[in-house]
Amino acid sequence: MRLFLHQLRCEQLIFWRSREAAFFIFGFPLLLFVLLGSVYSGRIDGYKASSVLLVGMIGYGAANTGFAGTAISLVNRREYGILKRIRSTPLPAGVYLGCVVVSSLVVFVLEAVAIVAVGRIFFGAQVPTHIPSLVLAVLLGTTVFASIGLAAAAMIRSAEGSSAVVNFILLPMAFLSGSFGPTRKYPHVLRAIGDVLPLKYFIEVVKAVYLGGHEVWAKPGALGILAVWTAIGFAVAGARFGWEPRER
Amino acid sequence: MNAIAVRDLRKSYGDYEALRGISFEIAEGEVFGLLGPNGAGKTTTVEILEGYRRRDAGTVDVLGFDPERSPRAFREQIGVVLQSSELWSTLTVRETHQLFAGYYERPRDVDEVVALVGLEEKRDARVKTLSGGQKRRLDLGVALVGDPTLVFLDEPTTGFDPAARRTAWEMIRSLRALGKTVLLTTHYLDEAQQLADRVAVLREGRIVSIGTPTELTGGSLETEIRYRRDGEVVVLRTAEPTKLLHELTAEAVAEGRELEGLEVRRPTLEEVYLSLVQEEHEEAPA
Repeated sequence: MRLFLHQLRCEQLIFWRSREAAFFIFGFPLLLFVLLGSVYSGRIDGYKASSVLLVGMIGYGAANTGFAGTAISLVNRREYGILKRIRSTPLPAGVYLGCVVVSSLVVFVLEAVAIVAVGRIFFGAQVPTHIPSLVLAVLLGTTVFASIGLAAAAMIRSAEGSSAVVNFILLPMAFLSGSFGPTRKYPHVLRAIGDVLPLKYFIEVVKAVYLGGHEVWAKPGALGILAVWTAIGFAVAGARFGWEPRER
Repeated sequence: MNAIAVRDLRKSYGDYEALRGISFEIAEGEVFGLLGPNGAGKTTTVEILEGYRRRDAGTVDVLGFDPERSPRAFREQIGVVLQSSELWSTLTVRETHQLFAGYYERPRDVDEVVALVGLEEKRDARVKTLSGGQKRRLDLGVALVGDPTLVFLDEPTTGFDPAARRTAWEMIRSLRALGKTVLLTTHYLDEAQQLADRVAVLREGRIVSIGTPTELTGGSLETEIRYRRDGEVVVLRTAEPTKLLHELTAEAVAEGRELEGLEVRRPTLEEVYLSLVQEEHEEAPA
């Protein structure tokens, strides 16, 4: 526990000290929310447009912190030899990876609070009512995307390419899953792709909790698909994750 | 008491035999050098002892542990400086040491370690502002912060300018003063000669010679005598330098001649080393 807290503190220090990464991970979704919120107005699917966008941004934030943040930082650390170095210290591997995930959860929780605040202040969006269920949903989202982030880190070979590969996956996924606005009018093909992506189902769950006032288990189908993605992520990570640089 | 005992260690990568059965022992408190050209198996050896790689055959005992299992108690007692690694560029020197200190049960005082590696003045500087030599010292400080009994240094001065190397050497000597056992790999011969109590020369996965630097230069090669005669350099090699020198000087004195530029020298470790690592290539058909 002492080790866990020590490492978590260090992870947070490293995250916030690196301004560019902190802006990209923490600030970018807020910026997008402000931009999109200024464009959309009226009602979407019977809800206030800004509230729907807010939910979409929470989804994007989960994918950005959990998936992109985890994948990019782990690939960089691996290629710089930091992971290898940590392997020779008494810090257990599980504590280390656990801290990376929990640290991204901390960032995402702050992110979600900031998104809700921005939505409320600028666009008069809804505030959440079912807080415990929303907290569960946030935990769930971090787990799903961290598992995929670990898998992506295991697959990506070089530090130079990591940011490009991750954004190549992240941005289309967010677009196809409805983070940036409703997908109802998208062509069939695009909607079909969105239908297999985890972010769509995470947004569905958050939407049910945040806008619909349901509990988190109101969407068992979506939860099932997210569980499958999590299992795939951890399986790939377990099989392929390495601590040593792939390229020198 | 041995800190490290290795018997008939073997390791292959696919068809390539990186280690073909090496054996050596390192005593507690000894500074031991693994010397050899690139691809000789130095890093493979060190990484097996550090617990990064599995061996194919042989027995390995490091501080009473099998590094392959790499238990936490083992990792509490070793300090590792990798051949190439970076640390977080945005943290300060002190924060970096604190981060690693937190991983150990009985770390050394952080400021003491920062001072030991000569970075007091850079204590609150960000890592990205350090020079190459200072970063290497940070690497060493981080390896020492857990107060290890055994320190692995994989090519600790590669890429250093001469002044930075001298400083690094001083620091490695101070490890001996602290009573640490040190396993050092290098392809710099003078480094091994300067720092190591004993040296093993590796070539193509085998130990071709092992002993103190003096022993290595002592037995194997002949003494060289050089002088100039009528402007031409004469080089003689002999196993009996006293006798030959006596004959040469007697002859010169009798003829009333000076042996111009007379030099008598033992082979340096470098020459021994080159003769050891080159033998194979000379024997091999072109």
